[in-house]
This record gives sequence, C-alpha cells and structure tokens, in this order.
Amino acid sequence: MTREEIIKPENLVYKKTSVLTDNVMHYCPGCGHGLTHRLIAEVIDEMGIQDKTIGVAPVGCAVLAYNYFDVDCIEAAHGRAPALGTAIKRLYPEHFVFTYQGDGDLAAIGTAETIHACNRGENFTMIFVNNGIYGMTGGQMAPTTLKDMKTSTSPYGRDLQTMGNPLKITELIAQLPGALYVTRQAVYTPALARKCKKAIRQAFENQKLKQGISFIEIVSNCNSGWKLSPIQANEWLEQNMLPFYPLGDLKNNK
Amino acid sequence: MKELRLMKGNEAIAEGAIRCGCDGYFGYPITPQSEILEHLMAEKPYEKTGMVVLQAESEVASINMVYGGGAVGKKVMTTSSSPGVSLMQEGLSYIAGAEIPALCVNVVRGGPGLGTIQPSQADYFQTVKGGGHGDYRLITLAPASVQEMYDFVELGFDLAFKYRNPVMILSDGIIGQVMEKVEVGDYKPRWTDEYIAETFPWAATGKPKKRDHNIVTSLQLESAKQEKVNLRLQAKYKECEANEVRYETIQCEDADYILVAYGSSARICQKVLQLAREEGIKVGLIRPITLWPFPKQIIHDIGIKAKGILSVEMNAGQMIEDVMLAVECKVPVKHYGRFGGIVPTPSEILQALKNF
Amino acid sequence: MTEEIIIAGFGGQGVLSMGKILAYSGIMQNKEVSWMPSYGPEMRGGTSNVTVIISDERISSPCLNQFDTAIILNQPSMDKFENSVKPGGLLIYDPNGITSPPTRKDINIYQVAAAEEAAKIGIAKLFNMIVLGGFLKIKPLVTEEFLKKGLEKSLPERHHGLIPENIKAVEIGKELLKPFHVL
Repeated sequence: MTREEIIKPENLVYKKTSVLTDNVMHYCPGCGHGLTHRLIAEVIDEMGIQDKTIGVAPVGCAVLAYNYFDVDCIEAAHGRAPALGTAIKRLYPEHFVFTYQGDGDLAAIGTAETIHACNRGENFTMIFVNNGIYGMTGGQMAPTTLKDMKTSTSPYGRDLQTMGNPLKITELIAQLPGALYVTRQAVYTPALARKCKKAIRQAFENQKLKQGISFIEIVSNCNSGWKLSPIQANEWLEQNMLPFYPLGDLKNNK
Repeated sequence: MKELRLMKGNEAIAEGAIRCGCDGYFGYPITPQSEILEHLMAEKPYEKTGMVVLQAESEVASINMVYGGGAVGKKVMTTSSSPGVSLMQEGLSYIAGAEIPALCVNVVRGGPGLGTIQPSQADYFQTVKGGGHGDYRLITLAPASVQEMYDFVELGFDLAFKYRNPVMILSDGIIGQVMEKVEVGDYKPRWTDEYIAETFPWAATGKPKKRDHNIVTSLQLESAKQEKVNLRLQAKYKECEANEVRYETIQCEDADYILVAYGSSARICQKVLQLAREEGIKVGLIRPITLWPFPKQIIHDIGIKAKGILSVEMNAGQMIEDVMLAVECKVPVKHYGRFGGIVPTPSEILQALKNF
Repeated sequence: MTEEIIIAGFGGQGVLSMGKILAYSGIMQNKEVSWMPSYGPEMRGGTSNVTVIISDERISSPCLNQFDTAIILNQPSMDKFENSVKPGGLLIYDPNGITSPPTRKDINIYQVAAAEEAAKIGIAKLFNMIVLGGFLKIKPLVTEEFLKKGLEKSLPERHHGLIPENIKAVEIGKELLKPFHVL
C-alpha cells in the first residue's frame, strides 16, 4: 500500500485520542505508563469531560504526565497528589479529578495522604502504577519491591529481615469505608488493557455518585529498572509480580 | 453594615476568612491557634458562603491542599503554629515556584523543636529569609491587633492574587489569644467559577475547547528555562518591594532613640514609649507591618537621625539584621529580646533602652 | 481613663469569663478593651489568669507586669501578683483558701468573701460575679445598664434567662466588700 492509500479514512483502524497531546512521550519503550495514559485519555474523551477534568501529576517517572494529557494539570510535590486531589474535588465538586502516582510516591512518602484521602472517601479517581521500583531516580528499592528483588539500593536482593516487606497498599485501602471501588489491573496484554480501560471508565463514572474514592492499581513493568527487555519484563511481571499482587476487584460497592 | 465584636485574634482570622469570600480552609490543630479551625467548624461557613473547611491529616497535607486549591484559582488558606509551619515549608516552596496565590498564617510559639506553646517571634528568619528551598519570597504581614488579624486575611488574599505569590500572616501567641474589639464587615460572596476562569487564565479550572491546557508546575528541567523562571520571580519580587511596603511610625518626630518592633512586640513597645516619655526620654517606634518587603527606607531615614536603635523581638535577634542593613551601620543598633515563650515586660525594655 | 486589671485564680473559678464580661461591658460602653488570657495546660485545672484593660484611648500592650488592680482568688496568684500592683493601686481578694494574706502597705486592699457567700446561698456558679461586684463597687467602670448588655453579648442566648441572677450576684458582691487595708 502507498502512504496515500494508508491514510484514507476508510482504512483508519486506530486514531490517537485528542485528549492526548502530540508531545513525544519520554517513557522507555515497553513501559506501561504510555498505554495507561492513553486509556485514561480515551475514557475522558469518550465521556466528553475534557473541559471538566483536572489531573494531578506525581513526582516520579510520570512527573511530566501533564505534558501528555490535554487537560488542565497540576504537578504535585512528591507523595502529595491525594491532598491536592482532595482540595480540588471539594472546590469543584462537579468536575472530574484524577491523581496519577507511582509506588514510591503513593505508597512510601505519600502513604499518609493516600490513606486519609481514601478513608475520607474523597470523590476522585486515584490511579496507582506499581512497578515495584523507583524508575526515575534510577531503579532504587520501592515499598512494593518484591522479596529478593534486586534494585540499586538492594543490590543483593530485598532482604525482608533488614529492608522490610513489600507493601500491599491496595489491600489496605480496600478495608477503608471511604473506598467505593478498589481494583488491581494490568495493561501488558491487549485483553488486560481493555479490561483496565473498563475499570478506569467505572472509576470516572463513580465520581458522579459522590460515594467515595475509586482506586485503581495497575501492576506494571520497568524494563530499564528491572534490566530486562520489554518482552522479558512482561514475562517477569506475570511470573513474579502477579502472584504477589493478584489482579481483580478487591472491592466494588457501586 | 459594620458590626462590633469582641474576639480573639484567632477567631478574627477565621471570621475574616468567612466574610472576605474565602473558598477553602485546610488545617490541622496545634496550640496556640486551634481556635481558628474550631471557630470555622462552629460557624458552618458552608451554609453561609459555600466555603469549604477541612481538618486535614497533617500540616503537610494542609499546605498541599492549599497548593491544589490555589492552582485551580480558589481563595484558599491554612493556618498553623511554628512546628506545623516547619512541616509546610516544602509546600510553600512549591507554591512560590508554581506562582500560586495562597494564604498561610503562623501563630508563632517558642522553639526550637517542640519548644513551648507560649508566644514567640523566633520564626522571623524562617518566614522572610526562605524556610523552604530555592530563591523565593513570602509576602509577610505582621498584625499587631485583633482588628489587623481580621483585616489582613482579605489583604493577604488581595496581595496573593495580585502577585500570584504565597502570603504569610506572621502572628504570635499573644495576638492569637488576646481578645479585642473588632469591626467585622458583611459577608462578601465568593467568586463564581466563571469569574475565576475568565480572570485567572493560568488557573487549572478545566480546559475549554478555545484554549490550550493549563499546566501548573514548579518543574522546569532545562536550566536555561528554570533561570528564566527565577528571573521572572525576582522581577516580581522587585515590583513587590517597590509597591507593597507597609509600616507605622509612632512619635518618631523628636525621638532620640528608635524602637523597631513588629506584631505583639510593637504593642509592648507602645507602652514603653509612654513609660519612657513620662521619664523624659524621647523614644519613637517604627512598626514594620510588612516584614517582607521590609520597610528599609523609612528605618534608614528616621534611624540615621537617632542616637541609637533598639530592635525589640521575642527571639535571639533576627530582624535586627535587616534593621542594621537598613541603616547601613550608620547608627548603633542593638537588640533586646526574650525567648522560649517569655514575653518581655515594658519595664525591662525601658531598662534596656536606658542601658543603651 | 485607663484601667489595667489582672484577674487570677484556679481554672474553673470563672476567671476568664469574669474578664470577658467586663471586657464586653466595656465595649458596650464604647471603651477600648483588651482581654489577654494565660493559656496552655493551666486551663485544665491549674492556675489561670487574664489581663483586662479598659480605656478611653487606644490600648498599647495587652501584656503587662504592673497593674492598677489585681483581683486574686487563690494563694498561688496572691504570691505571684501581690507585688505587681502599682503603688496606690487596688488589690481585691477572696479570703477563702488564702493562708498568707497580703502585706503591702502602699496599696488599697479589700476582701470579698464570695466563695463562702455563694456556697451559703447556693449560687456557686455565680461566685465570679460576686467578686466582680466587689470590684465595681470601688471602680464603677461600667454601669449596670452596660453590664447587662455585656452579659447578653458574652453569654450564649440559652443562658440569657440567668442574667437577672448574675446582676443580683454583682449586688451581693457590692455589699460583701470589706476593707482590709486602706490608704
């Protein structure tokens, strides 16, 4: 096929949602962030809420998420996105607010803000991308790093005796009365990505109910930090991350 | 309609917030300022003006709620006392860096550490010299009466939005706890969402089709761009220094000695003026109302005509550095202060003046 | 006119509220007022004091170390504040629980046996108003009319029915006032 034939409207099979900007993403090839961004943007697009959506970006690999979402965005301090989300949603209760955080941000430095925003039942959507490592700072141990997993600050593997246990923060959150919908998803296969998008859609739709927080963990990869090729990283994720962080809804009170 | 009330300084902050059209308060209890949150909760401002009040899980969360609220163009504030304000320094730096309007109140108590719950002015350096990281400034208002506690909430928001900069009301346990007569105004309506979207084009209010998406951030990874951000901030601070200096002078015309004091120390010094003049010592008082920008010029102009200047502060000598810079060391400047929550008495200040 | 007053006693004796009623009455009478409490753990049972200033002029310092009048309701406060009364000033105290009576010769000293009287006639809660009455007898800073208005302002509306009793307690205090050492 020539280029002209390819770009004919009838041959269109996939189109980038307009809720993503044209900026080239800085994420490593194979990283789950790009796809997760796309799913969120598609949901915003399909719900027709671009003008009423406010996003909060974290510190970590997704610090520049605001360059990719074509919605108004605020860059939070490390761990504080749920505090921002709380205030924004309370001040604009009819808007759609989402926070986007990694594991270090949400489950280490920001644990207090995470737990309390969820426990108060703030009516926004929390997206939690868990790849078990600090990506942006060069692959250090995260609160979610698995037992014996090697990182630059656990070079001989995570020793539970001295370094503590990996934190299942999503299970903790599911216990809280303020949490309306708590689910663990993944995006490393097309089928899982489609399922994840449904979960994101529900999490955004839930904001209309004003009945509590919707929390989505996305178990993801970090092929750079894990020092694996993208395909190997996805295999490693399936074999090691998922047994400890099993997929599925932990709570769905809707 | 003006209404006369007898209120604590802390209550006046809360009442000033409700009545000036504040959109949101986020705070955490700490002595000696918990009456602010208590008064707000008791007054049910949501029913009066739609103002949101939330007791946060920490001061760290409070200041970041303020960051979020300011970023979406709302008039939001927090209050705390010294140890809590230390926890807020990260957030204040982000707010200054992202150029977000916000109001913070510090009802200062003695430190360092957990210190004491009694009044102090030991957070002067923290407030006017930085506190958080990076080259930024807090516009700092120092109320010396309960009426000023009330008035400075609205003034603080005006300055915060005019300069897109955090404003600190630097009070202390005396002004927070004392009850005085206050004239309170009517309830002003809060800004509508439409007004905010039109008036503050930088605010993250939701992206309409007709404009690009707004990004509120303090991050600029390219140094050349980050330098530009800094230059813009510095230009803004210069403008602020040119336009926003506020002060009060009392009996300076014929004074041989000048006291420089702010907040509750300035009130105590007014008594010193009276006692000194009864003994025939001609003393005047310069009361900085803005601690940043600092009233350098007036302190210079009045100060160089005096035999000496006494900087009276409830700390170990912090503002004295700015006073000395202001008079370019042309006249002797000394410090008198008590700390750890001890309030200096008018008589001991008078004695310090006699010993000058 | 400027009157600088310290009221001191145990937490729960109504020290702060006596000061507040005085301050409110002052406002009603168009005076400048200031009410500065001691604050902190002492509000939970220890000693408590409040500095009240009523003046025709703008008030300078809300915190003072010398007072025109000291109203003293317990021994620790007597120990602390007897020497803070300006020469020629006024000290009023309730002798109940006072083991070392005041010894100053350069000030006017009066007693109001308010605690005993309040217990006798069953108005323990109005103890502080009896003391206030003693003070107002010597220094009628506020008239009864403005005292009533001050009570209306400082008491929650559900307690407004108690205002006549409060005024009566003030009258009792005026009668109980007894000179101890007068210049």
